[in-house]
Amino acid sequence: MTDGWLISLLIMLGKSLLVLVAVLIYVAYILYADRKIWAAVQLRRGPNVVGPWGLLQSFADMLKFVLKEPVIPAGANKGVFLLAPFIMAMLALSAWAVIPVADGWAVADLNVGVLFIFAISSLGVYGVIMGGWASNSKYPFLSALRSAAQMVSYEVSIGFVIITVLLCAGSLNLNDIVLAQDSKFGVFGWYWLPLFPMFIIFFISALAETNRPPFDLVEAESELVAGFMVEYSSVPYMLFMLGEYVAIVTMCALTTILFLGGWLSPIPFAPFTWVPGIIWFILKATAVFFMFAMVKAFVPRYRYDQLMRLGWKVFLPISLFMVIAVAGVLQFAMAQGWR
Amino acid sequence: MPSYLEEYLPLVIFMGVAGFLAAALLIAPFVLAFKAPDTEKLSAYECGFNAFDDARMKFDVRFYLVSLLFIIFDLEVAFLFPWAVAFKDVGLFGFWSMILFLGVLTIGFIYEWRKGALEWD
Repeated sequence: MTDGWLISLLIMLGKSLLVLVAVLIYVAYILYADRKIWAAVQLRRGPNVVGPWGLLQSFADMLKFVLKEPVIPAGANKGVFLLAPFIMAMLALSAWAVIPVADGWAVADLNVGVLFIFAISSLGVYGVIMGGWASNSKYPFLSALRSAAQMVSYEVSIGFVIITVLLCAGSLNLNDIVLAQDSKFGVFGWYWLPLFPMFIIFFISALAETNRPPFDLVEAESELVAGFMVEYSSVPYMLFMLGEYVAIVTMCALTTILFLGGWLSPIPFAPFTWVPGIIWFILKATAVFFMFAMVKAFVPRYRYDQLMRLGWKVFLPISLFMVIAVAGVLQFAMAQGWR
Repeated sequence: MPSYLEEYLPLVIFMGVAGFLAAALLIAPFVLAFKAPDTEKLSAYECGFNAFDDARMKFDVRFYLVSLLFIIFDLEVAFLFPWAVAFKDVGLFGFWSMILFLGVLTIGFIYEWRKGALEWD
């Protein structure tokens, strides 16, 4: 009896470690890809010194961060100051416990998976606010306020977008949401097509939610130096960056699951369905990230009032209307007996 | 194993391992790195001069307004979650009562808009 418990505990521990290490390595290469894509758009080379084509750059950066002097400002609240990056990184990583990278391949197959990710990404604001407040310096403080208001504003439209997907899928389980998109139409059966405006809104809100350019007002280097991270150095700074990039990768994975059919093959017949689901999943998530990186390279930064206007006066009414429209269409279809 | 444990224990373990990794990284530079603090290095960052006063100053009331609006709409989303999942079972009555609820909130939203709570200049 006790042996069985111990073994299943060890299996859970092993699975968790495996997923975490895989996510961290994936994030290391996403960071590298981000820099390379940005460099290519600006006709630069990007990182190319450490390892072949600079492939080991992210790992070298990590080592450098660990060996740098950690500075804690004299006026800061030391406990909160150090807790903020820890919370940021831990929460960002925890979201990966429920993400299914292939059929049933999630560490914890929660029946409220979407709700869990929604909650975890809301809590991400705490890391920013705590970091900005505890630094006891003007730039971080202003930046933390801005960032909290921004993340919170786009949270609402992300919520409404998720509701429309839930209406179609009828489940909060991420696995079931992907399976609900499985049809004989392949790529045209996924939710990006019937919910097209929501797909766009979700993508843009994900950019704003993760403080990616063009919505990176939090660290607008021309006005706020580096935002709420000004006072951070060494590993605390790295944990903020790590949390940010893990959150970006989570958003890419969530876009893949909600709109791009998760691990499903885009062409639903034989040679393509033999490819393991995880390969499709990684390809799709990376493709979504490529869009993130291209937006960063192409689009100039938004102004803060434009940002709030877009969130509250454009996305919120559209997504609210779409929730009612999708619900109405589904209700009509059920009354006609089509579903 | 009880079913709730089967679902949530892996989650707790995963968060534990993630927390352990983050904590280990956080402690590493305090053990490994060379440290030479001085008063200038430890002072708060300001553009070239010493900080005049404490950084925890008054800030714009609009941030407070935005967070209030957020609470209203986020609660609305929280109400919508169970409704969306049980959409097939709640039937026409459930559909119209949620439309009524959303209608009331939309009236509130229009009021906020007209009052200028969403303006930012």
